[in-house]
Amino acid sequence: MKMSIREAINLTLHEEMARDSRVVVMGEDVASGQGGVYGVTAGLTEKFGVARVIDTPITESAIVGAAGGAALTGLRPVAELMFIDFLGVCLDQLLNQIAKFRYMFGGQARTPLVIRTMIGAGEGTGPQHSQILYPMLAAIPGIKVVVPSNAADAKGLLAEAIRQDDPVVFCEHKALYMNECEVPEGDYVIPFGKARTVVAGTDITLCGLSRMAVLAEQAAVELAAEGISAEVIDPRTLSPLDEESILASVSKTGRLVVVDESNPLCSMASEIAGMVAEFGFDYLDAPVQRVTAPHTPVPATPCLEKEYVPSVADIVRSAKKALEY
Amino acid sequence: MDYSLDELTRAYRLMKTIREFEERIRSEYQQGKLPGFIHMYRNQEAIAVGACLDMTNDDYIASTHRGHGHCIAKGCELEGMMLELACKQDGLCNGKGGSMHIADMTKGMLGANAIVGGGPPIAAGAALTAKTLKTGGVSMAFIGDGASDQGTVAEALNLAVVLQLPMIFMYENNFYAEFTRNPKPEGRIAERAGAFGMPSIVVDGSDFYAVHAACREAIERGRNGGGPTAIEAVSARYYGHFEGDPQDYRDGAELRAQRAAGDPLPRFLEDPRTAALNANSIADIDSAVFAELDRTVELALAAADPTPDKLYTDVYVDYEGRAMQ
Repeated sequence: MKMSIREAINLTLHEEMARDSRVVVMGEDVASGQGGVYGVTAGLTEKFGVARVIDTPITESAIVGAAGGAALTGLRPVAELMFIDFLGVCLDQLLNQIAKFRYMFGGQARTPLVIRTMIGAGEGTGPQHSQILYPMLAAIPGIKVVVPSNAADAKGLLAEAIRQDDPVVFCEHKALYMNECEVPEGDYVIPFGKARTVVAGTDITLCGLSRMAVLAEQAAVELAAEGISAEVIDPRTLSPLDEESILASVSKTGRLVVVDESNPLCSMASEIAGMVAEFGFDYLDAPVQRVTAPHTPVPATPCLEKEYVPSVADIVRSAKKALEY
Repeated sequence: MDYSLDELTRAYRLMKTIREFEERIRSEYQQGKLPGFIHMYRNQEAIAVGACLDMTNDDYIASTHRGHGHCIAKGCELEGMMLELACKQDGLCNGKGGSMHIADMTKGMLGANAIVGGGPPIAAGAALTAKTLKTGGVSMAFIGDGASDQGTVAEALNLAVVLQLPMIFMYENNFYAEFTRNPKPEGRIAERAGAFGMPSIVVDGSDFYAVHAACREAIERGRNGGGPTAIEAVSARYYGHFEGDPQDYRDGAELRAQRAAGDPLPRFLEDPRTAALNANSIADIDSAVFAELDRTVELALAAADPTPDKLYTDVYVDYEGRAMQ
């Protein structure tokens, strides 16, 4: 069935809440109004009631911390951190509490928690509502980080996130919500740590994260028009990261462009480039190219925001640079 | 309120256990036999024991850095605790938590916490579990006067009121936030919590009976759907912020007076309500406590450290942490 990412997430929440009565949804505006800013949780209250679809005050530390405490004691909460930028007001609960429960309690704890959060620029939402920030989270042991780029992956990865037993941050790119694709019906679960080959190719690997996987696919089309065969890889989860698939692709193509909407310092692009430099050095015929946002905040003005976000042209340019090396 | 002999025996045994546990580990620590930081609970024993006496393993507590007393009062076994404080493999947390992160999920003890104010959102989550799954359980956050100023505590207070959670905010006001005297007058903390819209009360933290009566009422309120309660138990910190802190910042005469006036053990034994507990049974309890401490200290100091491979275990439920690749 063809549906958007927004619809696929909404459907999966309905299915998982029906499947397991311990699944609760909590956050700001999840129950009332239209079901969040983009209506992702619409209809859940009517179906499952306010005991399981819980509107909270604007209180991110309490939302994240209480979701963690609830997960520790028997619920399977899906908490919404409206924008990932709001990590700034609740990071302790994730960094020092939830991420460490299992380890610091010697394996006694299970924390089956999903934090759904919106990431990314492209909607003119400015410096405090448009960041990526997932590299910060992927750097924290004990948390898994998921970055779906299409509706089918969103469904399968969210189902897995809700059913597995570790804390997961599920990053929804707001500029992708309306993107549609075919979504498998019924039970559909994608294991973490398995990259998807978006396009098979032989000349160069384009590894794109979240929305950048979509742009990388568009770049592959442009490159194909020039007779260049690009392979596009979408890791889909950043922690765990499917290093094996990335290395396997690079062993075939000899060239790699990593496309990441993060700021460049300590980005996932840097992590993947470093990983390939260390473990795939013999495969490389050219330096790894990183395409990222610049080391600036996200500007509100659409004309500068357009400059900020990596473009298809940036990806094509970097691919050619690697090919011409 | 009438107390059965069993209740009096348990109350005394637990308070005496906490007192002597702390004195014993303090001595071991001073001899360099225990690693890390430890924070002594002496003279606050009546608070932990009065608070937890009516709880079962289906009730939860979130503790603080000064958490040994809470553990003992909630039913944690001394052997597992002693092994954990010595950071040994067979400790409650396999040595990965130590004094400041000790937890016992089987007892509803959701962890000491090295982040001041870290526990209340987690305790609110446990209360949400109890409410959602209708277990009849309650959840209690222990909060120091220092932590009472943290935003996480305010957020948890508010969430507990908004969601009418079965929760108790158990403040322990020992008037020192680390090395700084808290300038708030007695009662201000309860007043502040009450302003969120919950019943709040100030009790003498060295009076077991006062603490227990307040907690019994709060726990019953929580079990019966009456929402959260705040209790400010007033006490005086006996030792420094951490063991080794000489407390040069405190007035010696005042400290000596507070130490004598604030000792909950003689106060409990001299109370007419304790009369049923005769001298013989007190002596029996005392010798059993000392014998158990001798046994567990000897066992803990001789026990095996975790093997190096344990560095990587229990980071996630379904895979291990790692060095690199």
